[in-house]
Amino acid sequence: MEDKATLIIESGDYDKLYSAFIIGNGALSMGMDVSMYFTFWGLERLKKGQLDKGPLSKMNFLGLGKLYMKWKMKKANVRPLEDMLQDYVELGGKIFACDMTIDIMGINKEELRDEVITEYCAVGTYIKEARDSEITLYI
Amino acid sequence: MANQIKVDCVGENCPVPLVETRKAIRKAEEGDIITVTGDHSASKKEIPMAVDSMGLELLSVEDKNDHWEIKIKV
Repeated sequence: MEDKATLIIESGDYDKLYSAFIIGNGALSMGMDVSMYFTFWGLERLKKGQLDKGPLSKMNFLGLGKLYMKWKMKKANVRPLEDMLQDYVELGGKIFACDMTIDIMGINKEELRDEVITEYCAVGTYIKEARDSEITLYI
Repeated sequence: MANQIKVDCVGENCPVPLVETRKAIRKAEEGDIITVTGDHSASKKEIPMAVDSMGLELLSVEDKNDHWEIKIKV
C-alpha cells in the first residue's frame, strides 16, 4: 500500500466536483499522493470553460437551485472551483482523462484543457494506481 | 538561517487553510518556521494532523482574540 488516494470522477454535477476537489486537495495537504480519473460526465467538465458549468445533483430547479448555492458559497467565502483545480495541480495532484469517453461522447482532444491533464488513459492505468491506494472513491 | 513564513487564512473556509499550509510547507526549506493564522475551527484541529502525518514538528497551537495561530517547524 502506498500513501495514495485515487478518485474516479464520473459525475459532472457542480456539487460533486466540489466534493472531488475538496477531498483531493485535502489528501494532498495531508501529504498523500492523489490521482483523479475523469470519465463520462466528469470528463465534460475538463472541456475549456466548463469546470463549474454542471448542474446541482439535487434541487437544481432549472439552474435556480445552483444560483442559490453559488450565492451561499460566496457568502461563506468558499473558494471557486477553478481555484481549487489550480491548487490541486500546484500541490502535485494528477489528472487522468478516459480515452474511451473521448470516443463515445464525441469529444475532440482540442476541446479539453490539455494543460491540466497528466495523461490520457484507459482502465488498466486506473486499476494499477487504485490497487495500491489506501483511499479509493467513486464520485 | 531559518526563514519565518507567514500564512494568513483569516476568513478562509475549508479546505483553504489546509491547502495554503501545504503550499507553504512545499516551498519552505528545512528549519524554516511557518506561522498560520485563521478562524476556521476545523482547520485548527486538522492542520496539526497534517503536520503529524508529514513528520514535521508542531511548535504551538494558540488561541488569540478572534483567531488561532499555529507554528510549524519544517
